[in-house]
Amino acid sequence: MALGTRTEEKKPSRTDRQPSVIRLFWRSTVGKKAVMAVSGLIMLGYLVAHMMGNLKIFFGADEFNAYGHWLRTMGEPVLHYSWALWLVRVVLLLAVVGHGVAAYQLSRRDIAARPDKYVHRKRRPSYATRTMRWGGIILALFIVWHLLDLTTLTVNENARPGHPYENVVATFSTWYGNVVYIVAMLAVGLHIRHGFWSAAQTLGMGNATRDRVLKTAADGLALLLTAGFLSVPVAVMTGVVS
Amino acid sequence: MKLNLRIWRQKNADTPGAMATYEVDGISSDMSFLEMLDTLNEDLILRGEEPVAFDHDCREGICGACSLVINGDAHGPERTTTCQLHMRSFRDGDTIDVEPWRASAFPVVKDLVVDRSAFDRIIQAGGYISAPTGSAPDAHATPVPKPDADSAFEHAECIGCGACVAACPNGSAMLFTSAKVNHLNVLPQGAPERETRVLDMVAAMDDEGFGGCTLTGECATACPKGIPLPSIAAMNKEWLRATRKVRR
Ligand code: HEM
Ligand code: SF4
Ligand code: FES
Repeated sequence: MALGTRTEEKKPSRTDRQPSVIRLFWRSTVGKKAVMAVSGLIMLGYLVAHMMGNLKIFFGADEFNAYGHWLRTMGEPVLHYSWALWLVRVVLLLAVVGHGVAAYQLSRRDIAARPDKYVHRKRRPSYATRTMRWGGIILALFIVWHLLDLTTLTVNENARPGHPYENVVATFSTWYGNVVYIVAMLAVGLHIRHGFWSAAQTLGMGNATRDRVLKTAADGLALLLTAGFLSVPVAVMTGVVS
Repeated sequence: MKLNLRIWRQKNADTPGAMATYEVDGISSDMSFLEMLDTLNEDLILRGEEPVAFDHDCREGICGACSLVINGDAHGPERTTTCQLHMRSFRDGDTIDVEPWRASAFPVVKDLVVDRSAFDRIIQAGGYISAPTGSAPDAHATPVPKPDADSAFEHAECIGCGACVAACPNGSAMLFTSAKVNHLNVLPQGAPERETRVLDMVAAMDDEGFGGCTLTGECATACPKGIPLPSIAAMNKEWLRATRKVRR
């Protein structure tokens, strides 16, 4: 084992101090990564539902707008108008913030742990890490843009509240609306491709025999989501939806 | 063979280092990489120059002392330790870059020697079992299922060289720590400390300033002992289980 060792007094066992579960997770690289995995999977589940909801646009303005209205009445009469929707929004906000802060802190730590680069550079080995970091930043910016565009309608010039179908068509009638959206959906696909498989490893569900299945599932999910989300702007651009 | 070497030279931890160029001649393809460096050092000593410092001990691939990044690869182009790498993997006239392990948790001591005592402190945190050390126990007293014994052996192969850390773009020690945790955690002998072991060793690993795992897999590619990447997932599973099991 290591030569030239300097041994120190053994500190009291860390488990002697009994931190709370939340602190235990957030303080540990393994625990923080688990927070990322769980929040990522929550967002992934949401994206699958969101993508399927978007496809309703192919059944016409009435059905799509009625669906948009149902999102607010769902849970009634047990819940008040919009409560269920707000519940989903709060969970998503927690997931996005938890995921983003953990990603930032872990990335800072990773970069600090390897300050000196090798003089002899190989092809960059960190393809997955870099696409996750850049992709994540693109996604964070897109989430803000997307909310301003189709939720608050702040940046959507021809938008009218309560008319989601027409607002979607308005978004994809501008070149920048299409470009922003297409880039973001490709980023989502790449992020999920590595992210889904990673989350399985982080949560201890990966093993040698299951690896093929997990990788195929990740590819399938990524492809399905990207294709499903992209079908909408493509349909508007080609005039299928107008 | 005649070779051009570019070697990291650094006087001590406080002095900045740089690559220096050397030529060696008369290298046989049967020499090990370390014997090639011995040849260079003999030349340097005869010329009155400071020999290149590098770690080595067993020179048979079992101690984990040798630790060189050769042309950007930890332990060089073959999947073995530096001491078991032979010069037949190179060609006459090649230029070879030799650098130390790079990670903030492995500071350079001199030239190609780094301080890997961070690994020892991870082991101290839980890489042991509590067992009475009297007379040897009966070999069959504690039955171990064959798959568990195989898994323990596979992980016990880790020689603590640190190539996984050197290869990882995040300077992460997850593969090493997972090898040590899994080795003992699958065995009945390791069961009494199963939860505290993984919690304490992961906490010690974090305290040493190693990076986190982004699952790029460079560690498992570099590991001379073939510790596989799924070992990290297995350790994550142990860690998550321990957070539920440990009494607080
Ligand atoms: C706020 C925007 C986002 C940022 C900044 C971000 C950033 C990152 C980064 C840097 C990683 C890799 C972390 C590492 O390997 O250490 C990651 C992993 C992941 N991301 Fe995101 N991401 C974002 C949004 C999303 C979304 C919308 C989803 C939903 C599909 C998602 C799902 C995942 C999953 C499942 C992982 C794998 C977690 C793991 O490795 O255990 N992320 N994210
Ligand atoms: S896991 Fe492999 S590369 Fe890492 S210290 Fe052990 S033997 Fe060396
Ligand atoms: S010198 Fe012992 S493993 Fe290389």
